[in-house]
Amino acid sequence: MKTDIILSGVGGQGILSIAAAIGMAALEDNLFLKQAEVHGMSQRGGAVQSHLRISDTEVASDLIPKGKADLILSVEPMESLRYLPWLNPSGWLVSNTEAFINIDNYPDKEEIYSEIRKIKNHILIDADRIAVEAGSARSSNMAILGAASSLIPISHEKFHSGIRKIFERKGEDMVKLNLMVFDAGRKAASDYLSR
Amino acid sequence: MQKYLFLGDEAIAQAAIDAGMSGIYAYPGTPSTEITEYVQNSKEAAEKGIHSEWSANEKTAMESALGMSYAGKRSMVCMKHVGLNVAADPFMNAAITGINGGMIVTVADDPSMHSSQNEQDSRYYGKFALIPVLEPSNQQEAYDLVHYGFELSEKFKTPVMLRITTRLSHSRSGVESREKRKQNPLALPVDLSQFILLPSLARERYKILLRSQSDFEAESDSSGNNKYIPGKNRKTGIIACGLAYNYYLENKISNHLDYPLLKINQYPLPRKLIEKIASETDELLILEEGYPLVEESLKGFFNSPYKVKGRLDGSLPRDGELNPNLIAKALGIKEADFPAVPELVSARPPAFCKGCSHSDVYLALNEALAQYGKGRVFSDIGCYTLGALAPYNAINSCVDMGASITMAKGAADAGLLPAVAVIGDSTFTHSGMTGLLDAVLEETSITVIISDNSTTGMTGGQKSSATGRLRQICEGLGVEKDHIRFLNPLRKYHLENIGIINEELLHQGVSVIIAERECIQTAGKRHRNLSGLKQK
Repeated sequence: MKTDIILSGVGGQGILSIAAAIGMAALEDNLFLKQAEVHGMSQRGGAVQSHLRISDTEVASDLIPKGKADLILSVEPMESLRYLPWLNPSGWLVSNTEAFINIDNYPDKEEIYSEIRKIKNHILIDADRIAVEAGSARSSNMAILGAASSLIPISHEKFHSGIRKIFERKGEDMVKLNLMVFDAGRKAASDYLSR
Repeated sequence: MQKYLFLGDEAIAQAAIDAGMSGIYAYPGTPSTEITEYVQNSKEAAEKGIHSEWSANEKTAMESALGMSYAGKRSMVCMKHVGLNVAADPFMNAAITGINGGMIVTVADDPSMHSSQNEQDSRYYGKFALIPVLEPSNQQEAYDLVHYGFELSEKFKTPVMLRITTRLSHSRSGVESREKRKQNPLALPVDLSQFILLPSLARERYKILLRSQSDFEAESDSSGNNKYIPGKNRKTGIIACGLAYNYYLENKISNHLDYPLLKINQYPLPRKLIEKIASETDELLILEEGYPLVEESLKGFFNSPYKVKGRLDGSLPRDGELNPNLIAKALGIKEADFPAVPELVSARPPAFCKGCSHSDVYLALNEALAQYGKGRVFSDIGCYTLGALAPYNAINSCVDMGASITMAKGAADAGLLPAVAVIGDSTFTHSGMTGLLDAVLEETSITVIISDNSTTGMTGGQKSSATGRLRQICEGLGVEKDHIRFLNPLRKYHLENIGIINEELLHQGVSVIIAERECIQTAGKRHRNLSGLKQK
């Protein structure tokens, strides 16, 4: 078993927390993992990505080769398309519909969605709305993680304990809130697929 | 023994704590920053009294680490690749003095320049200084090589370089720790003249360093850090250095390759192992992150008996970071076409955070300078370098730490008036102060704007040595009090700020304008921490 995931978004959107949550859950499951992060200049509102590889055997490269990613998980719709060369032909693209517009030439959103819909295996959810409805606007990244969670071979409960570990020092309320958003994202994805 | 999930940087930090280090010295720089930060945040390091405060720059850091080594204790100094240029003087000479307590110089290179102005390869510095270089290929090796590095350093009384690159610095994986070692006791060098590089003594020290070279090489052959892995397909021998080994391994597994392989984690190059793989194979393919150092060494200047492929003959690109696909191509593996990025995807370069003080500084400066025309703003290294991008297009140079002030001075000397320097607070205390002294001594007409956000912003908000001291420093260097001006870079003071800048642009002599407002990121973080505390 090996799952290669590209996480994408804009600097400051919290993709490192998603990576940390998956990483924690993978460790709970005694899986091997490598996760390449982007720090430094790009974190200032630029395009950011993280390569996350989990496997039941040792992982070689820190970077996922082009054409080998099983999943692109994006907190921003245009950013999800930037990494298409990495997606394998049967791979999944899971993206937030909420655009992060900090550039003048941001394309038409509908055109972005239609590019995403061209990919056979895709899930589009409004993670920001899900997070707001659950009462925590800052937790949209956990909604997206929830939406993609059924595509990652880690059990629901291991995800929960991973998220718990990450938010534990911020208090039980934060843990509960993030777990709730995670589950709501997971449900939104299954609703999307059975639409 | 404990299991951790570590960034490469964090593995190095924990290893140094476990290996009995007494102090770490550094100036923040991507991708090396997290090493020192880890030690600063480590409860264990605090309990053990390990020094971890930031230094003013990489040179002061290197010298302090050498001083700690002089006193018999183990030290580490960390920096990004270009930081080693700043610290090159003590670095080269520490190779001559040798060490007392073990000393590791950790340098994080940034191939592909993710967050840097060049992609220089620090292994050349190691070779230049004639000291051993260790280059781990994963987080566990990074951890282990720190332990080994201190042993090697103390065994041969030499500083040791640990070279990593961005992908290892910022990639996370499982690491198992080792038994902890005690710190060294305070102990003077046996020879109290060891560190005195008077020419007569330095010549002797240099001979000692030269004599050590064969020991270093023998150690590279026998330490076990460089591994020969046999293979049946003798058409090509692979020499994979550091991280490049992972990319080869990725291809080896998915394409069932079976070439003889020499994995390099320690320099100088292991002569015997290289001769072995070269003599057993028809050609060598060199996989190395950075410059073609190994490839050049093996090719020799004129005729090498071996056929050597790598970055120089076009098998791999001459510049940029390696990845598994580039290595597949160099191995002649045919890969299917990859999906293209849809055309509508636009570039999203980094930008100032919303509400950043630097942006208000540039808006005011641009208006003040409009009457003089473009091309007269020299800037520096930091978040404010983003002023180069639209919509600001406000600066004309970014070369190295501190160069804004001195380049403005040179341009003013040449007759470009007004000439403006824009420098951050932390960069100013890193390398700007000496240049300002030059300008003060000659009364050069330059306007220096210190955009003071009271932190080292680009690397994530580390403490700035300048905070609360800028006025005194400028006064101390001799800038006239009337021409040390302050402005508050907020939109509501925009017109007032333009007025202050305009007045100083007209001043014949050195002006310093300190534009002080806290970084929006550190201010936000502080606010969140405070409200979090209140809730508790």
